[in-house]
Amino acid sequence: MRQAQLLRQKVLYSLLAWTVGIAIFFPILWTILTSFKTELEAVANDPSFLFFDWTLENYKTILNESRYFSHFWNSIVISLGSSVVGLLIAIPAAWAMAFVPNKHTKDVLMWMLSTKMLPPVGVLIPIYLLFRDFDLLDTKLGLVIVMTLINLPIMIWMLYTYFREIPSEVLEAARMDGASIGSEIVHVLLPIALPGIASTLLLNIILAWNEAFWTLILTAAKAAPLTAFIASYSSPEGLFYAKLSAASTLAIAPILIIGWFSQKQLVRGLTFGAVK
Amino acid sequence: MGNITLKQVTKNFDGHEVIQPLDLSIENGEFVVFVGPSGCGKSTMLRMIAGLEDVSSGKIEIDGQDATETPPAKRGLAMVFQSYALYPHMSVRNNIAFPLKRTKMDAALIKDKVEKVAETLNLAAYLDRRPGQLSGGQRQRVAIGRAIVREPSAFLFDEPLSNLDAALRVNMRLEISQLHKDLKTTMIYVTHDQVEAMTMADKIVVFNAGNIEQVGSPMALYRHPVNKFVAGFIGSPKMNFIDIEETVEGQPVTCMGVRPEHLVLSDTAGTWKGKVGVLEHLGSDTFLHVDIPGVKLTVRADGNCPYEYGDEVYVSPIPNQVHYFDSIGNAVCNESIARTTASVSSISKTADS
Amino acid sequence: MATTSSRFLGRAMVSPAVVLLFIWMIVPLAMTIYYSFLNYNLLMPGMQEFIGWLNYEYFLTDPAFLESFYNTLLLVCGVLAITIIGGTAIAVLLDQAIVGRNIVRILVLAPFFVMPTVSALVWKNMFMNPVNGLFAHLFTFFGFEAYDFLSQAPLASIILIVSWQWLPFAALILLTAIQSLDQEQLEAAELDGAGPMARFFLIVVPHLSRAITAVILIETIFLLSVFAEILVTTNGGPGYASTNITYLIYSQSLLDFDVGAGSAGGIIAVILANIVAIFLMRMIGKNLEK
Repeated sequence: MRQAQLLRQKVLYSLLAWTVGIAIFFPILWTILTSFKTELEAVANDPSFLFFDWTLENYKTILNESRYFSHFWNSIVISLGSSVVGLLIAIPAAWAMAFVPNKHTKDVLMWMLSTKMLPPVGVLIPIYLLFRDFDLLDTKLGLVIVMTLINLPIMIWMLYTYFREIPSEVLEAARMDGASIGSEIVHVLLPIALPGIASTLLLNIILAWNEAFWTLILTAAKAAPLTAFIASYSSPEGLFYAKLSAASTLAIAPILIIGWFSQKQLVRGLTFGAVK
Repeated sequence: MGNITLKQVTKNFDGHEVIQPLDLSIENGEFVVFVGPSGCGKSTMLRMIAGLEDVSSGKIEIDGQDATETPPAKRGLAMVFQSYALYPHMSVRNNIAFPLKRTKMDAALIKDKVEKVAETLNLAAYLDRRPGQLSGGQRQRVAIGRAIVREPSAFLFDEPLSNLDAALRVNMRLEISQLHKDLKTTMIYVTHDQVEAMTMADKIVVFNAGNIEQVGSPMALYRHPVNKFVAGFIGSPKMNFIDIEETVEGQPVTCMGVRPEHLVLSDTAGTWKGKVGVLEHLGSDTFLHVDIPGVKLTVRADGNCPYEYGDEVYVSPIPNQVHYFDSIGNAVCNESIARTTASVSSISKTADS
Repeated sequence: MATTSSRFLGRAMVSPAVVLLFIWMIVPLAMTIYYSFLNYNLLMPGMQEFIGWLNYEYFLTDPAFLESFYNTLLLVCGVLAITIIGGTAIAVLLDQAIVGRNIVRILVLAPFFVMPTVSALVWKNMFMNPVNGLFAHLFTFFGFEAYDFLSQAPLASIILIVSWQWLPFAALILLTAIQSLDQEQLEAAELDGAGPMARFFLIVVPHLSRAITAVILIETIFLLSVFAEILVTTNGGPGYASTNITYLIYSQSLLDFDVGAGSAGGIIAVILANIVAIFLMRMIGKNLEK
C-alpha cells in the first residue's frame, strides 16, 4: 500500500515540477521557436506552436549581416578578456589571502566585497567623463577594464573560498621539497585548484557577457557587445520578431550552455561562499 | 650529517610567547621525539626547524651552520606531514620525483631513484596510481618515500601516524623504526602519543606550555621523571598521585607518585585497604581501579587476576619505586628504600583514620 | 606558513588587486562627491561653481525623486517577495523524488543566464505587446480586451520581468541549502512525532533562514541597480511611472547632462545601497570566522 502511495506521490510531484519547469522555461522556448518562423508567422493572430514552416532564413539574415558578427566578437573579447585578466590579478591575491593571511586579510576581503556593493550610478559620471577624456568610450579595451574591475571582487572571493579548502600542508610540502613560490603555485596550487579556477572563469564569463549597465552606457556602435546590440531592437523600426528571436537565441545560447555546466559552482560564487 | 642545535630559540604570536627560550642539541643519527599535549609548542618547534615558521629570537644551527634565515628548501631537511600532504593531482611516481625534479636532476637518474625508493617501501606496484586511489598506510609510505628520495640530512615527522587506525599505526611505527636503523639519518618526530615516544625514540623531549620539561632516553624519563608533569605524561596507564604531607630527606613533599605496575595486591595485608571498582582485562594484563579512601588507584595485575568488582583488597607500593614531588611539582630524590617504607606506613595511618 | 619572506610576498601579491580596486572605487566616488557640490552641466562647460548642498536639495525635493524612490522600493520588495516565495516552493518541489529532476532544474535555472536586454525585449514584444504579444492573443482567445501591460501597468510588468530573471537564482540557492540539510535531523524529528508541516516549519525553514537572508541581501544589491530592463521596455515612463533611482540618475546625468544633480543622486543611491550592504557584509563576515 505504502509503495502505491509513494508512487502516486512521485507521479504527482513530477507532473507539478515539470509544469513549473516548462512554464518558467517557456519564454526561452518560445523565442527559440519563433526564431525558426517567418516574420509573418511570428506575428500571426493564432500563433502556431510546432506546426509552421520551419525556416533558417532569420539566422541566415542575421549572420550575413556583418554587424552581428562584430557584436558577437565584441562580447567574446570583453567577457573572455576581462575574465582572463581578472584571473591573473585574482589568483595571486587569493593565494596570498588564503595561505599567508595576516591580521588585515579579513578587512581587505570585506573591503573588496564592499566595492561590489557600490551601485554603479554612484560612479557613473566620473567614469563616463574619465572614459571620454581618455578616449575609452566605445572601445573594447575600456569595457575590458570595467568588467575586470567590477568582477574582480567576486573572482577573488570565489578563488579564496576554493583555495581555503586546500590544506596548506600540501603547499608547505612543496616548499620543503625545494619548490620556489612560483613553482609552488604553478605545479601544486593551480593543478589542485583547477576545478575552482575553471568555475570562477566560467561564472565571470557569464556575468560579463550579460552585464547590461556599463555596456549600454559606455558603448555606441563600434565596441557594443550583444547586450547593447540587442537593446537597439527596442526601437519601433527594429520590430521584426523572428529576427529578434534569432539574434536573441544566438546571444543567449553560449551562456545557457556554459551556465548549465557551472550551475553547482554558481551558488558559491554568487553568495560569496555564504551558501555552499 | 644531521646535527641540529637550537640556541635560545623563542616564538611569539601576536605578543604571546608560545615558545620560551629553549636550548636543545640533536646529534647526527639520533631519533628524537618531541612529545607533549596539544598546544605545547612541539609542532611549532618542528616547523621552525623546517623553516616554515620564523623564529622570533635565537638561533638554529644545522651541521654547525647558522640556518636561522635559510629558506626551507635550502635546509636539506625532509618533512612528513600529518595529512601526508601528497600532491593529489600527481601519480605516486611524480609525487616521489617532485623534490628531485626541483633540483634539475637528470630524468633517467630520477627514474632510477624513484624506483629504488618505491621498491624499499613496497610501492612498486602503485607507482602509476594517484594518492586518492591508495589506502591510508600506502599514502603514508608515499609521503615517506618522497622524503627519503632526497637523501636529506634529517627527517622531520609531524604526527605522521595520527590519521591511521590503531593496527596500522603499530605497523608503521615498526617500519619507521626499521627505516631509522637502515638509514641511520637524524629523525625528529613530533607526537602527542607517549607510546610512540617510548617505543621509537633514542631521546625524548617532553614539551609543556612552550617549555622543555625534560630531555632524556625513554627509560631515563620513565625511571627518573624530573617533575610531576613528566611523571604523569610518560607511562601508561598514568602514574597514580596521592596527596601527602611529609618530609623526605629534609625537604617537604606534597605528593607521592606510584606507577600502576608498582602496586601489589593482597587479600590480607597492605598499605591501603580499598574496594575493587571497574576491571579492564587486556588478556596479558588486568587493570584494576581500586577505591581507597580519598583517592582512586589504578593497579596493574597479571592476566589471571582473581579479583572481581566489589572485592576488598589491600594495595601496597613496591618500596623503591615511589616518586615524591614538592609543592611546585618538582621531583624529590626517590632512591632510598628506607625512607619510602617509613613514609608509606605513616600515610597508611592517615588513610585509615 | 608564516615567515617574513612569505608574508612580504603575500603583501606583494595582494597589492595589485587592492590598488586597482582602490582606484576604481575611491577615485570616482571622490569625484562624484566633488561634482555633487558643483553647478556643473555638460552643455555649459567652464561654468562650474560651488553651490553647496543645492544639488541635494534639488534632487531630494524633485517630485520625480519621491516617485522613483517609491518605485525602487516597490520593485525591490515585489521581486523579493515573488522570488523568495516562488523560489522556496520550487526548491522544496525539486527536492522531492521526481522523474528527470536534473532536466527540470536546468529548465528552471535557464532564465538566469539570459541577458537582461534579451529578456526585457522578449517579454516586451512577444508576450506583453498589446497587438502581437502572446498574452494579447490569449486574452482575445478567452474573449477579453487586449491589455497594454507596459503602458497601463509599467512597474508591475517590469517587476514580472525582473522576477522571472531572479526566480532561478533564489530557487537554486534555496535548493542547495535544502539539500545540505542533514536527513538524520528530519528522521529524528519524525521519530519525535513531528508531522510534515511541523517538520517543514520547525526544521526546514530555520535551516533555510540563512540562505534566504543571503538571497534577500544579494538580490537587493542587484535590484537597486535595475537599469537595462527599464531602458529597453519603458524608458522609465509613462511619466516617471516606471523610473527607479538608478534610471533617474542616468537620465539626469546623461540625458539632461546635469552632472551636479546626477552626482548628488549617485551619492544618495550609494547611501541607500550601503544600508543594505552593511547587513550583507556582516553576515558574510560572520561566515569568515569559521
